[in-house]
Amino acid sequence: MKFESRVVLMPTDNIDTDQIIPARFLKTISKVGLGDQLFNDWRYLADGSPNPEFVLNQVESKGAEILLAGDNFGCGSSREHAPWALTQFGFKAVISTSFADIFKANSLKNSLLPIVVSRDVHAKLFKMRAADSGMKLSVDLQSQRLTLPDGESVEFPVDSFSKACLVDGVDEIGYILKQLPAIEAFEAKRIGGLNTLVA
Amino acid sequence: MQSKPRTIIEKVWDSHVVAEQEGAPCLLYIDFHLVHEVTSPQAFSGLREMGRTVRRAESTFATVDHSTPTTAKSLPIVDQIAATQVEQLGKNADEFGIPYFGFHNENNGICHVIGPEQGLTQPGMTVVCGDSHTATHGAFGALAFGIGTSEVEMVLATQVLLQRRSKTYQVQVDGTLKPGVAAKDIILALISRIGIGGGTGCIFEFTGSAIRALSMEERMTVCNMAIEGGARAGLIAPDETTYQFLKGRRFVPKGADWDAAVARWKQLPTDEGAVYDHSITINADELEPMITFGTNPGQGISISGLIPDPAAMTDKLERDSLTKALKYMDLQPGQPLAGHPVNVVFVGSCTNSRLSDLRAAASILKGRKVNPGVRMLVVPGSQEIKRQAQAEGLDEIFKAAGAEWREAGCSMCIAMNGDQLAPGQYSVSTSNRNFEGRQGKGGRTFLASPMTAAASAVNGVVTDVRTLLGVK
Ligand code: SF4
Repeated sequence: MKFESRVVLMPTDNIDTDQIIPARFLKTISKVGLGDQLFNDWRYLADGSPNPEFVLNQVESKGAEILLAGDNFGCGSSREHAPWALTQFGFKAVISTSFADIFKANSLKNSLLPIVVSRDVHAKLFKMRAADSGMKLSVDLQSQRLTLPDGESVEFPVDSFSKACLVDGVDEIGYILKQLPAIEAFEAKRIGGLNTLVA
Repeated sequence: MQSKPRTIIEKVWDSHVVAEQEGAPCLLYIDFHLVHEVTSPQAFSGLREMGRTVRRAESTFATVDHSTPTTAKSLPIVDQIAATQVEQLGKNADEFGIPYFGFHNENNGICHVIGPEQGLTQPGMTVVCGDSHTATHGAFGALAFGIGTSEVEMVLATQVLLQRRSKTYQVQVDGTLKPGVAAKDIILALISRIGIGGGTGCIFEFTGSAIRALSMEERMTVCNMAIEGGARAGLIAPDETTYQFLKGRRFVPKGADWDAAVARWKQLPTDEGAVYDHSITINADELEPMITFGTNPGQGISISGLIPDPAAMTDKLERDSLTKALKYMDLQPGQPLAGHPVNVVFVGSCTNSRLSDLRAAASILKGRKVNPGVRMLVVPGSQEIKRQAQAEGLDEIFKAAGAEWREAGCSMCIAMNGDQLAPGQYSVSTSNRNFEGRQGKGGRTFLASPMTAAASAVNGVVTDVRTLLGVK
C-alpha cells in the first residue's frame, strides 16, 4: 500500500464515531452505501442540501484520500460502519495524534490506515496544509513512512501482524482456524470451567 | 513457588490465552459472546459467504435492543428498515442455532442489562459484544470489551480473538458518597479528570472502599462508562456482593458446581503487591453530583461548577474544540449549568436503567410533578426490570408525576428507534454519550445521574438534587 494524496483537514479533537456515521444509518444490514452518509450531520443542511461550509463539500476535498484530524479520532461506539463509510468515501488513511482503540482495530481490518504522528509533526502538518490547500503527502505502508512535501519523512507505527495481514491479504479467520487443534485442546482442558449457556 | 503478583486483569487474561506467538497477537479465548441486531448482520453474511459456521452457538447469545420501539409491544415495528434488521437477527439466530431473546420474548432487553440479569455474565469470564459498552460486564470481575463487526465474525467462527495485551490502570476510589451523589457521578468525575482519551490502550480496575460499598447495579454503572474514558474495559474484583447478586440466577452454576465456581472466583482479586501501569485516586467524600455541559462525556463539571472558558486554554486545537462544543450546545462560558432550561428528561440506557436507578428517580418524583414544560421518558433496561418496577408500584409514581413509562430498549440513548430529541432541544439524560446528535440530530444532551435527571424534570431546569433532598 503506497499512495500520494491531497489532504482533508478537520481541525477538531475527539471526532467520535457518531459524527463519522450517525446511528440512524446503522439500521442497514449491508456494508455498502455508507459513503454518502459519512459525516452526515456536518455535511448536509436541514433541507438535505450540502453544507457549503463543511470541508468535504469543498472542491479541494475532491479525490483526497487522507484525512488529517485532531487528537483521539474515532472515539465512542464500536461501529465498524465508521471505517466502512470512510473507505467508501475514498479515504485510505487518517492522520492524528491518537486513535480510539476499537476504531483503530476496525480500521486496520478494512485497509484504512490509522497513522499516529507526534504532536510536533501534527502541528507542522496543520501549518503546511493551512498554507497550501493542495499539499500532498505520501504514505508507504511497507516502510511505514509518511513523507511531507518538504521531503521530511517520518516513521509511523503499525501493528506488525496487522501490517502483514494488509500487505499479504491474510484472512485472519482462516489464520485462526488453522490453529483449531490448539483451541480444541484449550477447551478440553477447561471442561467444567467452560460456560455453557444452553442448559 | 512464589509467582509474580498479578492484577485481576492479568489473571483473567492469562487464563484465556490459547496461544501466544512471538510478534503475533494472542489467541484469546472468549467465554461469552453477546450479539445484537445492529453490529451483527454483516458478520453473519461474512460467515455465509465463506461457508463458515458458528463454532460455539452455546456460548453465544442474541437479543434485539437498539432499533426496537419502546411503545406497546402489541404494535408492529413501523420503521421498515429497523423491522428488517430485527427480523434478520431472528433468522440468523435460527439458522446458526444461537439462543435468542427476541422482541416479544419476556426477557428481552438491552444486551448489557440482560446478560447480568440472567446470570450469563460471571466472574473471570471473557465477554465480548459488538458494542463498546460491553465494559458493563466488568462489574462482575469479567474481562469484557467491545469489538467491531469483523471481530464479531471472528468470534462467531472461532470463539477466539486476536488481541494484544492492554496496559493496566488502577482507579482507586476511597471514602463515602454523600447524599445526592451517585455511582454515575464517580465515573463522570473520573472522565472529566482524565479526558475521553485518558484510558486509551488501557483496562481500568476500579478499587477502593467507595467501590466496595457499591451494589452490583451501581458497579455496572461505573464499568459501563469505562469506554467513555477511552479504556477497552473496566472491571471490579468480585466479592460477597457479587456472589449474592449471582446466586440462584438462571444461568449460574447450581449446587456443588456453584461452590466450586465461587472457590475459583475467590482467586481472582488482584494480588498484594501487583503493579499497575497507571493509577489515579478519587476521593468520594469530595464528590458532588456531576453534569456534562459539552459534546463529549469528558466535558463535565460538578453541579455547582461553572462552564469552562475556552479563552483559558493554551492549546489551540483544544480551545477550538471547546468553542465548537459550546457553540453546538449554545452555552456561555463562565456560567453555571444549574438553572438552565430543559425540554426532555430521559431515564434509561445500559448505564442507568436498572431497578435501583428507577427507584432513585422515583424517590425524587414521588409526590411531585414533572414540570409542564418537560417531556420525561422512563425506559427500563429489560422486560424483567419493568415487571419488578411495576410490582413495587414505581410505574404508578412515574405516571402520576406525568412521565412516560415505556417498554425496554436502548431508546433515546442512541435515538435509532424514533425516541429522539428535536433539533435544539436540551435533555438531561442518564445515558452515556452526549456527542452531537446522539439523541437526535441537533439535540443537546446533559449527562447526569437518575436523581439529577428526576430533579431536573421536576424543576424544568438543570437542578442540584440536593436542594430537593434538603441536604443543601
Ligand atoms: S443503551 Fe445506549 S449505550 Fe447501551 S447498548 Fe443501548 S445504545 Fe448502546
